[in-house]
Amino acid sequence: MFRNQYDGDATTWSPQGRIHQVEYAMEAVKQGSAAVGLRSNTHAVLVSLNRSFGDLATHKEKLIKIDGHMGIAFSGLLSDARILSSFMRREALTSKMLYDRSVPVSRVVEAIGNKAQVNTQQYGNRPYGVGLLVAGHDETGPHIHECMPSGTTFDYVAMAIGSRSQSAKTYLEKHFESFASATLDELILHGVRALRDCLQQDQNLTVESCSVGVVGKDTPFDILDGARLGDFIQKVETTEGGRRGAHAVPVETSNVTPSETPAADQDTQMST
Amino acid sequence: MLSAAGPTHAGPVRIPMEHGFSPYTDNGGTTLAIAGDDYVIVAGDTRQSEGYSINTRYCPKVFKLDNNCVLATGGMAADGQNLVRRLKQSIEQYHHVHAKTMSPSALAQLLSVVLYGKRHFPYFVWNTLGGLDADGSGWVYSYDPVGNVEKRKWACAGSAGHLIMPFLDAKIGHHHQSQIDAKTEGKPGSVPFDTAMKYTKDAFTSATERDIYTGDLLEIFVIRKSGVTVEQIPLKRD
Amino acid sequence: MVTGTSVLGIKYKDGIMMAADTLASYGSLARFRDVQRIVPVGEHTLLGASGEMSDFAYIQEQLDKLLVADHLAADGHTAGPHFIWQYLSRLMYARRSRVNPLWNSLIVGGFRDGKRFLGFVDLQGTTYEASTIATGFGAYLGQPLLRKAVEGKEDTLTKEEAHKLLVDTLRVLYYRDARSLDKIQIATADASGVSVSEPFKLDSDWSFGADIRGYGAL
Repeated sequence: MFRNQYDGDATTWSPQGRIHQVEYAMEAVKQGSAAVGLRSNTHAVLVSLNRSFGDLATHKEKLIKIDGHMGIAFSGLLSDARILSSFMRREALTSKMLYDRSVPVSRVVEAIGNKAQVNTQQYGNRPYGVGLLVAGHDETGPHIHECMPSGTTFDYVAMAIGSRSQSAKTYLEKHFESFASATLDELILHGVRALRDCLQQDQNLTVESCSVGVVGKDTPFDILDGARLGDFIQKVETTEGGRRGAHAVPVETSNVTPSETPAADQDTQMST
Repeated sequence: MLSAAGPTHAGPVRIPMEHGFSPYTDNGGTTLAIAGDDYVIVAGDTRQSEGYSINTRYCPKVFKLDNNCVLATGGMAADGQNLVRRLKQSIEQYHHVHAKTMSPSALAQLLSVVLYGKRHFPYFVWNTLGGLDADGSGWVYSYDPVGNVEKRKWACAGSAGHLIMPFLDAKIGHHHQSQIDAKTEGKPGSVPFDTAMKYTKDAFTSATERDIYTGDLLEIFVIRKSGVTVEQIPLKRD
Repeated sequence: MVTGTSVLGIKYKDGIMMAADTLASYGSLARFRDVQRIVPVGEHTLLGASGEMSDFAYIQEQLDKLLVADHLAADGHTAGPHFIWQYLSRLMYARRSRVNPLWNSLIVGGFRDGKRFLGFVDLQGTTYEASTIATGFGAYLGQPLLRKAVEGKEDTLTKEEAHKLLVDTLRVLYYRDARSLDKIQIATADASGVSVSEPFKLDSDWSFGADIRGYGAL
């Protein structure tokens, strides 16, 4: 039942200085399918892998529009993501109503970070079981932020979360220096390539299983439609020879923790 | 000069107050809308007045909304702007929740409900909403400040509304006309676009001559299936 | 209730300029003669107020909170003129809707990212932008002079011309507005930021009309 005697609730420290409930919540993020976020000097892009809950179900959408200048990709509990996204939408609407200004991306991220932190310190609360990648564009340019169940937030050039996301991170680390000056199309291709590395051996990206969201200067947040998305996927999957390794990035299996490997894509919880 | 009377002040002194506060003001201005078979024209001048002063020559009172509708607001500018902000927010939330744009008829109903929601502290605004229905034909919804609504083919409101209305009734509706040649004048309530544009401009240039609260600039929004366009026509600034 | 009279604001070539006297009256009593009614708000904005002076103090307090929040966030987002004007319009409209208004007419002027801004808000939540704005008595006596000198010349009017125009207009107001004072301040917002001048004396001539050339004397 319990892994140890200090993980009963989120308000108990272990003698090693850890809060196990929070760490378990972070594991929930890894159960979800992968999402990638990256930015150039002009745009921010989110790419996500949509999981199907079986042949009879549709793929679950993993990108949520927050406002004209902001959207999120999430990994983990879909229901928690909905709560957080509706909170973010309220913040965005309030900012527009009160100041006629699109809410600064970093301030919404701070707000949900603070909201998540409360759940790690109050008895009886459950930390959010979802990680967010927030893409936005505001007066200070394009941004990619990550928000974790612990309430920690980060500002990134590029980041990946979710199951097997280490492969995407490896790709991003190898190529991030070229992102700043990349065109939107190049940026999307980098994102799709990074995400493809998160797939299992026998899988390919399809228009159904992949979503791309873009936002930037004079580009309102938009989730690409099938035709446009198809072009990018086709470019990566067929023209570039498909499988990972084509661009010589070895998969570091050592980074794949046990909870991620077996049948993670047919997971039973409502992780997406 | 009003006086603050009553038991709040001890002693015989009635303390004079400089002003009584009214939460309402009338900023004037005129709006007009004409719906055709495949278009809607929604127009308004941009002068904002208060008493005998012109506050500014450019304060728009006609607003494009995100669902291919256009709303004209006349009366109190602050109430109008706040109402538009609320509607825009509702349209956005509707989009988030239902993943589709709000239909003009849904917005028309929503506006009525929003206005009536403040029945006991009304928005001091006469609204005119234009949009295309599912068949692509144009309609105008006309409101009073507390949400009474009527679906029409033409409407006008505001400080020169009563000057323009009979002109539109006669020219578009052929009302009260003893001799109308249906061949040259067309079907009542269905004017060609170019004719409607001419009526709009003539109505405003004429109203500007007679109404001190109308003038400076005319903004004409045209709704078609392909989207909304705006045209600006200078009016007399005196 | 201590009140201030007119505030003037105009656009000129390099930015915006505002002017007001330093009097806060208690009814017809010239109660406080050294009150600053135009204040900087952040680095790019000026706020001028006529009307109730303690309500104005409250408004400044609210704006200070916004600026402090920006400062603490330290994320590069700071309040600009349009932002402050919008916030004030929400504040004033919210208070009028509670029928508990903040009894002021406010002019917000500023310069940011190469753009001029000049806007108005009052106790009923009425807002507008224009190239010349005048509150109080200035709306009747000052605005015609300002419009004549500024409308259509926003991009050519020099700083010196703008300064003279505002001083001349305040002088007209000083002659006719019994709640005004000849001690004034001029404020500018341009590419170099915002500044409010020290109060200075407005020269005026109160000699007997019949002796003045062009008025009574020949």
